Amino acid sequence: MVPFAGYDMPVQYPLGVMKEHLHTRAKAGLFDVSHMGQCFITADDGTFETAAKALETLVPASIQDLNPGQQRYSQLLNKDGGILDDLMISRMGFKGHEHQLYLVVNAGCKDADYKHIAGHLPKGVSLSVKDDTLSLIALQGPRAKDILGCLNPAVEELVFMTHTDVELSEVEGGSLYAHVSRSGYTGEDGYEISAKHEDMLRLVKELLKYDDVEPIGLGARDSLRMEAGLCLYGHDIDTTTNPIEAGLIWSIQKHRREGGNYLGAKAVEDTIKNKPKRRLVGIKPDGRAPAREGTEVQDMDGKPIGAITSGGFGPSADGPVAMGYVSAKFSKAGTPVQLIVRGKPRPASVVKMPFSPHNYYRG
Amino acid sequence: MSIYFTEDHEWIKVDGDTGIVGISTYAAKALGDVVFVDLPEVGAEFDKGDEAGAVDSVKAASEIYTPVTGEVTEVNELLVDEPAKVNEDPMGKAWFFKVKISDASELDGLMDEAKYKAYLEDM
Repeated sequence: MVPFAGYDMPVQYPLGVMKEHLHTRAKAGLFDVSHMGQCFITADDGTFETAAKALETLVPASIQDLNPGQQRYSQLLNKDGGILDDLMISRMGFKGHEHQLYLVVNAGCKDADYKHIAGHLPKGVSLSVKDDTLSLIALQGPRAKDILGCLNPAVEELVFMTHTDVELSEVEGGSLYAHVSRSGYTGEDGYEISAKHEDMLRLVKELLKYDDVEPIGLGARDSLRMEAGLCLYGHDIDTTTNPIEAGLIWSIQKHRREGGNYLGAKAVEDTIKNKPKRRLVGIKPDGRAPAREGTEVQDMDGKPIGAITSGGFGPSADGPVAMGYVSAKFSKAGTPVQLIVRGKPRPASVVKMPFSPHNYYRG
Repeated sequence: MSIYFTEDHEWIKVDGDTGIVGISTYAAKALGDVVFVDLPEVGAEFDKGDEAGAVDSVKAASEIYTPVTGEVTEVNELLVDEPAKVNEDPMGKAWFFKVKISDASELDGLMDEAKYKAYLEDM
Protein backbone atom coordinates (compact mmCIF):
# COMPACT_ATOMS: atom_id res chain seq x y z
CA MET A 1 0.00 0.00 0.00
CA VAL A 2 1.30 3.45 -0.87
CA PRO A 3 0.02 7.01 -0.47
CA PHE A 4 -1.48 8.25 -3.75
CA ALA A 5 -3.12 11.66 -4.10
CA GLY A 6 -3.99 11.56 -0.41
CA TYR A 7 -5.34 8.02 -0.53
CA ASP A 8 -3.90 4.70 0.66
CA MET A 9 -3.75 2.47 -2.41
CA PRO A 10 -2.20 -0.86 -3.42
CA VAL A 11 0.63 -0.91 -5.96
CA GLN A 12 -0.18 -4.54 -6.54
CA TYR A 13 -2.19 -7.44 -5.21
CA PRO A 14 -0.67 -10.91 -4.59
CA LEU A 15 -0.53 -11.65 -8.34
CA GLY A 16 2.07 -8.94 -8.87
CA VAL A 17 2.30 -6.14 -11.44
CA MET A 18 3.30 -8.24 -14.45
CA LYS A 19 0.60 -10.90 -14.01
CA GLU A 20 -2.07 -8.29 -13.20
CA HIS A 21 -1.19 -6.40 -16.38
CA LEU A 22 -1.29 -9.52 -18.59
CA HIS A 23 -4.47 -10.74 -16.93
CA THR A 24 -6.27 -7.50 -17.75
CA ARG A 25 -5.47 -7.79 -21.45
CA ALA A 26 -6.40 -11.49 -21.50
CA LYS A 27 -9.44 -11.59 -19.24
CA ALA A 28 -10.79 -8.87 -16.91
CA GLY A 29 -9.10 -6.57 -14.42
CA LEU A 30 -10.98 -4.78 -11.67
CA PHE A 31 -9.69 -1.36 -10.62
CA ASP A 32 -10.76 0.66 -7.60
CA VAL A 33 -10.69 4.25 -8.81
CA SER A 34 -12.91 5.74 -6.12
CA HIS A 35 -10.23 8.28 -5.32
CA MET A 36 -11.12 10.17 -8.50
CA GLY A 37 -13.47 13.15 -8.43
CA GLN A 38 -17.07 12.90 -9.59
CA CYS A 39 -19.29 15.95 -9.99
CA PHE A 40 -22.25 17.36 -11.89
CA ILE A 41 -22.84 20.67 -13.64
CA THR A 42 -26.47 21.73 -13.74
CA ALA A 43 -28.19 24.88 -14.96
CA ASP A 44 -30.95 26.42 -12.83
CA ASP A 45 -33.08 26.85 -15.94
CA GLY A 46 -33.02 23.07 -16.42
CA THR A 47 -31.59 23.25 -19.95
CA PHE A 48 -28.59 21.40 -21.27
CA GLU A 49 -27.69 24.34 -23.47
CA THR A 50 -26.98 26.65 -20.55
CA ALA A 51 -24.83 24.10 -18.72
CA ALA A 52 -22.98 23.12 -21.91
CA LYS A 53 -22.26 26.70 -22.89
CA ALA A 54 -20.84 27.30 -19.42
CA LEU A 55 -18.52 24.27 -19.60
CA GLU A 56 -17.42 25.27 -23.10
CA THR A 57 -15.72 28.33 -21.55
CA LEU A 58 -13.47 26.00 -19.57
CA VAL A 59 -12.56 23.16 -21.94
CA PRO A 60 -11.56 23.10 -25.63
CA ALA A 61 -13.90 20.20 -26.48
CA SER A 62 -17.31 20.79 -27.99
CA ILE A 63 -19.97 20.17 -25.35
CA GLN A 64 -23.16 21.65 -26.80
CA ASP A 65 -23.43 18.93 -29.45
CA LEU A 66 -23.14 16.05 -26.99
CA ASN A 67 -26.08 13.66 -27.23
CA PRO A 68 -27.64 12.20 -24.10
CA GLY A 69 -25.60 9.13 -23.21
CA GLN A 70 -22.46 10.37 -24.93
CA GLN A 71 -19.12 11.31 -23.41
CA ARG A 72 -15.90 13.02 -24.40
CA TYR A 73 -12.34 13.34 -23.14
CA SER A 74 -11.01 16.85 -22.66
CA GLN A 75 -8.82 19.08 -20.51
CA LEU A 76 -9.28 22.01 -18.16
CA LEU A 77 -6.89 24.73 -19.30
CA ASN A 78 -5.49 27.84 -17.68
CA LYS A 79 -5.38 31.16 -19.50
CA ASP A 80 -2.04 30.27 -21.12
CA GLY A 81 -3.38 27.02 -22.53
CA GLY A 82 -1.53 24.96 -19.94
CA ILE A 83 -3.33 21.83 -18.77
CA LEU A 84 -4.80 21.98 -15.26
CA ASP A 85 -6.26 18.47 -15.50
CA ASP A 86 -7.69 16.04 -18.01
CA LEU A 87 -11.18 14.68 -17.55
CA MET A 88 -14.14 12.75 -18.92
CA ILE A 89 -17.28 14.75 -19.63
CA SER A 90 -20.63 12.99 -20.05
CA ARG A 91 -24.08 14.24 -20.95
CA MET A 92 -26.41 12.24 -18.75
CA GLY A 93 -28.73 9.89 -20.65
CA PHE A 94 -31.07 9.08 -17.79
CA LYS A 95 -34.61 10.31 -18.43
CA GLY A 96 -35.18 13.58 -16.63
CA HIS A 97 -31.46 14.17 -16.26
CA GLU A 98 -30.40 14.79 -19.87
CA HIS A 99 -29.69 18.41 -19.05
CA GLN A 100 -26.90 17.45 -16.66
CA LEU A 101 -23.20 17.10 -17.26
CA TYR A 102 -21.24 14.49 -15.30
CA LEU A 103 -17.50 15.01 -14.94
CA VAL A 104 -14.78 12.66 -13.69
CA VAL A 105 -11.48 14.33 -12.76
CA ASN A 106 -8.14 13.18 -11.36
CA ALA A 107 -7.84 12.66 -7.63
CA GLY A 108 -4.69 14.72 -7.27
CA CYS A 109 -6.34 17.73 -8.90
CA LYS A 110 -9.93 17.43 -7.81
CA ASP A 111 -10.00 20.08 -5.10
CA ALA A 112 -8.26 22.58 -7.38
CA ASP A 113 -10.53 21.55 -10.27
CA TYR A 114 -13.71 22.06 -8.28
CA LYS A 115 -12.53 25.48 -7.14
CA HIS A 116 -11.57 26.39 -10.69
CA ILE A 117 -14.84 25.24 -12.23
CA ALA A 118 -17.04 26.76 -9.52
CA GLY A 119 -15.11 30.00 -9.73
CA HIS A 120 -15.75 30.29 -13.46
CA LEU A 121 -19.35 29.15 -13.75
CA PRO A 122 -21.78 31.96 -14.50
CA LYS A 123 -24.71 32.78 -12.25
CA GLY A 124 -27.43 30.21 -12.78
CA VAL A 125 -25.08 27.26 -13.33
CA SER A 126 -23.79 25.25 -10.41
CA LEU A 127 -21.33 22.50 -9.59
CA SER A 128 -22.35 19.62 -7.38
CA VAL A 129 -19.57 17.42 -6.01
CA LYS A 130 -20.56 13.82 -5.29
CA ASP A 131 -17.37 12.35 -3.81
CA ASP A 132 -19.09 11.84 -0.47
CA THR A 133 -21.76 9.62 -1.99
CA LEU A 134 -20.34 7.96 -5.09
CA SER A 135 -17.61 5.35 -5.60
CA LEU A 136 -16.01 4.46 -8.93
CA ILE A 137 -14.52 1.23 -10.30
CA ALA A 138 -13.37 0.03 -13.68
CA LEU A 139 -13.68 -3.43 -15.22
CA GLN A 140 -11.34 -3.71 -18.20
CA GLY A 141 -10.46 -6.49 -20.61
CA PRO A 142 -12.03 -8.79 -23.22
CA ARG A 143 -14.16 -10.62 -20.63
CA ALA A 144 -15.60 -7.43 -19.11
CA LYS A 145 -18.63 -7.29 -21.40
CA ASP A 146 -19.76 -10.87 -20.76
CA ILE A 147 -19.23 -10.53 -17.03
CA LEU A 148 -20.94 -7.17 -16.55
CA GLY A 149 -23.50 -8.35 -19.09
CA CYS A 150 -24.51 -11.03 -16.56
CA LEU A 151 -25.58 -8.22 -14.25
CA ASN A 152 -27.44 -6.36 -17.01
CA PRO A 153 -27.25 -7.30 -20.72
CA ALA A 154 -27.94 -3.67 -21.69
CA VAL A 155 -24.29 -2.81 -21.05
CA GLU A 156 -23.18 -5.07 -23.90
CA GLU A 157 -24.87 -2.76 -26.41
CA LEU A 158 -22.97 0.32 -25.33
CA VAL A 159 -20.32 1.44 -27.75
CA PHE A 160 -17.06 3.11 -26.75
CA MET A 161 -17.56 6.51 -25.10
CA THR A 162 -21.26 6.07 -24.39
CA HIS A 163 -22.92 5.33 -21.10
CA THR A 164 -26.14 4.30 -19.45
CA ASP A 165 -27.75 4.31 -16.00
CA VAL A 166 -29.11 0.90 -15.15
CA GLU A 167 -30.00 -1.59 -12.51
CA LEU A 168 -27.40 -4.28 -11.98
CA SER A 169 -29.05 -7.49 -10.77
CA GLU A 170 -27.65 -10.89 -9.84
CA VAL A 171 -25.76 -9.12 -7.11
CA GLU A 172 -25.71 -10.75 -3.69
CA GLY A 173 -27.59 -8.54 -1.28
CA GLY A 174 -29.92 -7.16 -3.91
CA SER A 175 -29.74 -5.26 -7.18
CA LEU A 176 -28.26 -1.78 -7.28
CA TYR A 177 -28.25 1.22 -9.59
CA ALA A 178 -25.09 2.17 -11.42
CA HIS A 179 -23.85 4.58 -14.05
CA VAL A 180 -21.97 2.45 -16.55
CA SER A 181 -19.79 3.91 -19.28
CA ARG A 182 -17.93 1.98 -21.94
CA SER A 183 -14.56 3.63 -21.44
CA GLY A 184 -11.36 3.19 -19.54
CA TYR A 185 -7.67 3.81 -19.11
CA THR A 186 -6.13 0.59 -20.39
CA GLY A 187 -6.75 0.57 -24.14
CA GLU A 188 -8.94 -2.52 -23.70
CA ASP A 189 -12.71 -2.83 -24.05
CA GLY A 190 -14.33 -2.34 -20.69
CA TYR A 191 -16.40 -0.23 -18.39
CA GLU A 192 -16.17 2.43 -15.72
CA ILE A 193 -18.90 2.05 -13.14
CA SER A 194 -20.14 4.60 -10.65
CA ALA A 195 -22.43 3.64 -7.80
CA LYS A 196 -23.32 4.76 -4.30
CA HIS A 197 -20.76 3.94 -1.61
CA GLU A 198 -23.14 1.59 0.17
CA ASP A 199 -23.72 -0.45 -3.01
CA MET A 200 -20.20 -0.50 -4.41
CA LEU A 201 -18.70 -2.94 -1.94
CA ARG A 202 -21.39 -5.50 -2.81
CA LEU A 203 -20.81 -4.93 -6.51
CA VAL A 204 -17.06 -5.39 -6.15
CA LYS A 205 -17.54 -8.58 -4.09
CA GLU A 206 -19.91 -9.91 -6.76
CA LEU A 207 -17.50 -9.15 -9.62
CA LEU A 208 -14.60 -10.74 -7.77
CA LYS A 209 -16.60 -13.99 -7.62
CA TYR A 210 -15.97 -14.45 -11.33
CA ASP A 211 -12.82 -16.53 -11.96
CA ASP A 212 -11.83 -14.28 -14.82
CA VAL A 213 -11.81 -11.14 -12.67
CA GLU A 214 -8.71 -10.16 -10.72
CA PRO A 215 -8.13 -7.01 -8.66
CA ILE A 216 -5.48 -4.76 -10.26
CA GLY A 217 -3.18 -2.32 -8.47
CA LEU A 218 -1.55 0.99 -9.37
CA GLY A 219 1.56 -0.62 -10.84
CA ALA A 220 -0.30 -2.47 -13.57
CA ARG A 221 -2.67 0.47 -14.07
CA ASP A 222 0.35 2.53 -15.01
CA SER A 223 1.93 -0.05 -17.32
CA LEU A 224 -1.43 -0.67 -19.03
CA ARG A 225 -2.13 2.98 -19.77
CA MET A 226 1.46 3.59 -20.86
CA GLU A 227 1.28 0.79 -23.41
CA ALA A 228 -2.04 2.27 -24.56
CA GLY A 229 -0.35 5.62 -25.15
CA LEU A 230 -2.58 7.39 -22.64
CA CYS A 231 -1.35 10.45 -20.74
CA LEU A 232 -0.98 10.58 -16.99
CA TYR A 233 -1.63 14.00 -15.52
CA GLY A 234 1.31 15.37 -13.61
CA HIS A 235 3.70 13.41 -15.78
CA ASP A 236 2.91 13.60 -19.53
CA ILE A 237 0.67 16.62 -19.19
CA ASP A 238 0.67 19.48 -16.72
CA THR A 239 0.42 23.24 -16.65
CA THR A 240 3.61 23.57 -18.72
CA THR A 241 2.17 21.59 -21.62
CA ASN A 242 -0.72 22.45 -23.91
CA PRO A 243 -3.03 19.94 -25.61
CA ILE A 244 -1.48 20.44 -29.05
CA GLU A 245 2.08 19.65 -27.89
CA ALA A 246 0.67 16.65 -26.01
CA GLY A 247 -0.86 15.20 -29.16
CA LEU A 248 -4.40 15.76 -27.93
CA ILE A 249 -5.72 17.85 -30.83
CA TRP A 250 -8.00 14.92 -31.67
CA SER A 251 -9.97 15.74 -28.51
CA ILE A 252 -10.68 19.26 -29.78
CA GLN A 253 -13.53 19.04 -32.30
CA LYS A 254 -12.77 20.86 -35.57
CA HIS A 255 -15.08 23.81 -35.06
CA ARG A 256 -13.50 24.47 -31.67
CA ARG A 257 -10.00 24.82 -33.13
CA GLU A 258 -10.68 28.39 -34.24
CA GLY A 259 -12.49 31.21 -32.50
CA GLY A 260 -12.90 29.16 -29.33
CA ASN A 261 -14.23 30.96 -26.27
CA TYR A 262 -12.57 28.77 -23.64
CA LEU A 263 -9.84 29.76 -21.22
CA GLY A 264 -6.52 29.29 -23.01
CA ALA A 265 -8.06 29.27 -26.50
CA LYS A 266 -5.67 31.86 -27.86
CA ALA A 267 -2.56 29.91 -26.85
CA VAL A 268 -4.03 26.69 -28.23
CA GLU A 269 -5.01 28.31 -31.53
CA ASP A 270 -1.58 29.95 -31.86
CA THR A 271 0.08 26.56 -31.36
CA ILE A 272 -2.15 24.96 -33.97
CA LYS A 273 -1.37 27.74 -36.44
CA ASN A 274 2.36 27.95 -35.82
CA LYS A 275 2.84 24.24 -35.12
CA PRO A 276 4.10 23.12 -31.71
CA LYS A 277 7.84 23.42 -31.04
CA ARG A 278 7.88 20.11 -29.24
CA ARG A 279 5.68 17.02 -29.30
CA LEU A 280 4.79 14.18 -26.96
CA VAL A 281 5.85 10.98 -28.71
CA GLY A 282 6.27 7.31 -28.04
CA ILE A 283 9.89 6.26 -27.50
CA LYS A 284 11.03 2.66 -27.70
CA PRO A 285 14.46 1.83 -26.24
CA ASP A 286 16.35 -0.57 -28.52
CA GLY A 287 17.60 -2.82 -25.74
CA ARG A 288 15.95 -4.21 -22.65
CA ALA A 289 16.79 -1.39 -20.22
CA PRO A 290 13.73 0.69 -19.29
CA ALA A 291 14.13 4.47 -19.41
CA ARG A 292 12.10 6.23 -16.78
CA GLU A 293 10.55 9.64 -16.22
CA GLY A 294 13.19 12.36 -16.28
CA THR A 295 15.58 10.49 -18.59
CA GLU A 296 17.28 12.91 -20.99
CA VAL A 297 16.65 12.35 -24.68
CA GLN A 298 19.44 13.35 -27.06
CA ASP A 299 19.87 13.38 -30.80
CA MET A 300 22.53 11.13 -32.30
CA ASP A 301 25.10 13.96 -31.92
CA GLY A 302 24.56 14.06 -28.18
CA LYS A 303 22.52 17.28 -28.14
CA PRO A 304 19.64 17.31 -25.65
CA ILE A 305 16.29 17.37 -27.48
CA GLY A 306 13.83 16.41 -24.78
CA ALA A 307 13.00 14.20 -21.81
CA ILE A 308 10.99 11.10 -20.96
CA THR A 309 7.77 11.87 -19.06
CA SER A 310 6.60 8.27 -18.58
CA GLY A 311 8.66 5.15 -18.98
CA GLY A 312 8.88 1.61 -17.79
CA PHE A 313 8.46 -1.95 -18.87
CA GLY A 314 5.51 -3.02 -21.01
CA PRO A 315 4.58 -6.63 -20.27
CA SER A 316 2.37 -6.93 -23.37
CA ALA A 317 4.97 -5.21 -25.54
CA ASP A 318 7.52 -7.51 -23.88
CA GLY A 319 10.03 -4.72 -23.61
CA PRO A 320 10.63 -1.20 -22.33
CA VAL A 321 8.19 1.51 -23.45
CA ALA A 322 8.22 5.25 -22.88
CA MET A 323 6.66 8.60 -23.76
CA GLY A 324 8.34 11.96 -23.76
CA TYR A 325 8.61 15.36 -25.36
CA VAL A 326 11.10 15.93 -28.15
CA SER A 327 11.77 18.97 -30.31
CA ALA A 328 9.31 18.94 -33.19
CA LYS A 329 11.87 18.10 -35.86
CA PHE A 330 12.68 14.82 -34.12
CA SER A 331 9.07 13.81 -33.63
CA LYS A 332 8.62 11.70 -36.74
CA ALA A 333 8.22 7.95 -36.15
CA GLY A 334 11.44 6.13 -36.89
CA THR A 335 13.72 8.98 -35.77
CA PRO A 336 16.70 7.51 -33.90
CA VAL A 337 17.49 9.08 -30.53
CA GLN A 338 19.67 8.36 -27.50
CA LEU A 339 18.50 8.02 -23.92
CA ILE A 340 20.90 8.76 -21.07
CA VAL A 341 20.22 5.99 -18.57
CA ARG A 342 22.52 5.92 -15.53
CA GLY A 343 25.05 8.06 -17.35
CA LYS A 344 25.22 5.84 -20.43
CA PRO A 345 23.70 6.69 -23.82
CA ARG A 346 21.29 3.98 -24.96
CA PRO A 347 19.84 3.87 -28.49
CA ALA A 348 16.09 4.24 -28.96
CA SER A 349 13.59 5.28 -31.62
CA VAL A 350 10.60 7.58 -31.78
CA VAL A 351 7.58 5.36 -32.43
CA LYS A 352 3.88 5.71 -33.04
CA MET A 353 1.73 4.79 -30.08
CA PRO A 354 0.01 2.71 -28.79
CA PHE A 355 2.52 0.01 -27.89
CA SER A 356 -0.37 -2.40 -27.45
CA PRO A 357 -3.29 -2.16 -29.91
CA HIS A 358 -6.53 -0.62 -28.66
CA ASN A 359 -9.54 -2.92 -28.44
CA TYR A 360 -12.35 -0.42 -28.06
CA TYR A 361 -15.82 -1.65 -29.00
CA ARG A 362 -17.20 0.57 -31.68
CA GLY A 363 -20.25 -1.54 -32.57
CA MET B 1 31.91 -19.32 2.89
CA SER B 2 30.68 -16.44 5.03
CA ILE B 3 27.82 -14.26 4.04
CA TYR B 4 27.41 -10.59 4.89
CA PHE B 5 24.65 -8.07 4.24
CA THR B 6 24.49 -4.32 3.67
CA GLU B 7 21.80 -1.89 4.79
CA ASP B 8 20.80 -1.57 1.11
CA HIS B 9 20.02 -5.29 1.03
CA GLU B 10 22.99 -6.47 -1.01
CA TRP B 11 24.69 -9.68 0.13
CA ILE B 12 28.28 -10.79 -0.35
CA LYS B 13 29.47 -14.38 0.01
CA VAL B 14 33.15 -14.43 0.83
CA ASP B 15 35.64 -17.19 -0.02
CA GLY B 16 39.20 -16.10 0.55
CA ASP B 17 39.65 -12.83 -1.31
CA THR B 18 36.76 -13.46 -3.72
CA GLY B 19 33.34 -12.06 -3.03
CA ILE B 20 30.11 -12.94 -4.85
CA VAL B 21 27.51 -10.15 -4.73
CA GLY B 22 23.73 -10.31 -5.06
CA ILE B 23 20.57 -8.81 -3.60
CA SER B 24 18.59 -10.30 -0.73
CA THR B 25 15.24 -12.07 -0.89
CA TYR B 26 13.74 -9.05 0.85
CA ALA B 27 15.02 -6.72 -1.87
CA ALA B 28 13.87 -9.02 -4.68
CA LYS B 29 10.39 -9.20 -3.17
CA ALA B 30 10.21 -5.43 -2.71
CA LEU B 31 11.21 -4.85 -6.31
CA GLY B 32 8.60 -7.11 -7.82
CA ASP B 33 8.98 -8.68 -11.27
CA VAL B 34 12.54 -7.96 -12.41
CA VAL B 35 12.75 -7.18 -16.13
CA PHE B 36 16.31 -5.98 -16.61
CA VAL B 37 19.66 -6.15 -14.84
CA ASP B 38 22.46 -3.67 -15.51
CA LEU B 39 25.71 -5.49 -14.75
CA PRO B 40 29.14 -3.87 -14.33
CA GLU B 41 31.95 -4.43 -16.82
CA VAL B 42 34.45 -7.17 -16.04
CA GLY B 43 37.62 -5.42 -14.95
CA ALA B 44 35.80 -2.39 -13.55
CA GLU B 45 37.16 -1.16 -10.24
CA PHE B 46 34.85 0.19 -7.57
CA ASP B 47 35.24 1.64 -4.11
CA LYS B 48 32.99 0.30 -1.38
CA GLY B 49 29.59 1.93 -1.75
CA ASP B 50 29.96 2.82 -5.44
CA GLU B 51 27.10 2.18 -7.81
CA ALA B 52 28.12 -1.01 -9.59
CA GLY B 53 24.90 -1.78 -11.43
CA ALA B 54 21.15 -1.62 -11.27
CA VAL B 55 18.00 -3.72 -11.27
CA ASP B 56 14.84 -2.72 -13.13
CA SER B 57 11.52 -4.15 -12.15
CA VAL B 58 8.16 -3.34 -13.73
CA LYS B 59 7.65 -0.84 -10.92
CA ALA B 60 10.99 0.85 -10.43
CA ALA B 61 14.76 0.89 -10.88
CA SER B 62 17.12 0.25 -7.98
CA GLU B 63 20.87 0.83 -7.87
CA ILE B 64 23.23 -1.92 -6.71
CA TYR B 65 26.04 -0.62 -4.53
CA THR B 66 29.13 -2.74 -4.13
CA PRO B 67 29.70 -3.82 -0.50
CA VAL B 68 33.50 -3.83 -0.89
CA THR B 69 36.33 -2.10 -2.75
CA GLY B 70 37.75 -4.23 -5.54
CA GLU B 71 37.86 -5.31 -9.16
CA VAL B 72 34.99 -7.08 -10.89
CA THR B 73 36.25 -10.45 -12.07
CA GLU B 74 33.10 -12.03 -13.44
CA VAL B 75 29.46 -11.09 -14.11
CA ASN B 76 26.46 -13.41 -14.23
CA GLU B 77 25.47 -13.58 -17.91
CA LEU B 78 22.39 -15.63 -16.93
CA LEU B 79 20.74 -12.41 -15.71
CA VAL B 80 21.09 -10.79 -19.13
CA ASP B 81 18.74 -13.32 -20.72
CA GLU B 82 16.74 -14.27 -17.65
CA PRO B 83 16.38 -11.25 -15.37
CA ALA B 84 13.38 -12.93 -13.68
CA LYS B 85 15.85 -15.31 -12.03
CA VAL B 86 16.40 -12.53 -9.50
CA ASN B 87 12.87 -13.15 -8.23
CA GLU B 88 13.28 -16.94 -8.38
CA ASP B 89 16.61 -17.43 -6.67
CA PRO B 90 18.06 -14.13 -5.40
CA MET B 91 20.37 -15.80 -2.88
CA GLY B 92 21.81 -18.39 -5.28
CA LYS B 93 21.59 -18.61 -9.07
CA ALA B 94 20.84 -14.87 -9.46
CA TRP B 95 24.20 -13.56 -8.17
CA PHE B 96 25.23 -10.35 -9.97
CA PHE B 97 29.01 -10.21 -10.05
CA LYS B 98 32.19 -11.53 -8.47
CA VAL B 99 34.73 -9.14 -6.99
CA LYS B 100 38.39 -9.43 -5.91
CA ILE B 101 38.31 -8.03 -2.38
CA SER B 102 41.21 -5.63 -1.88
CA ASP B 103 40.56 -4.83 1.80
CA ALA B 104 39.01 -7.62 3.91
CA SER B 105 38.64 -5.29 6.90
CA GLU B 106 35.72 -3.62 5.08
CA LEU B 107 33.68 -6.75 5.83
CA ASP B 108 33.76 -5.83 9.52
CA GLY B 109 31.34 -3.00 8.83
CA LEU B 110 28.74 -5.33 7.28
CA MET B 111 26.00 -7.36 8.98
CA ASP B 112 26.09 -11.11 9.40
CA GLU B 113 22.96 -13.18 8.76
CA ALA B 114 21.63 -12.79 12.29
CA LYS B 115 22.20 -9.04 12.39
CA TYR B 116 20.53 -8.63 8.98
CA LYS B 117 17.51 -10.63 10.13
CA ALA B 118 17.21 -8.32 13.15
CA TYR B 119 17.68 -5.29 10.88
CA LEU B 120 14.76 -6.47 8.73
CA GLU B 121 12.56 -6.94 11.77
CA ASP B 122 13.29 -3.42 12.95
CA MET B 123 12.34 -1.91 9.62
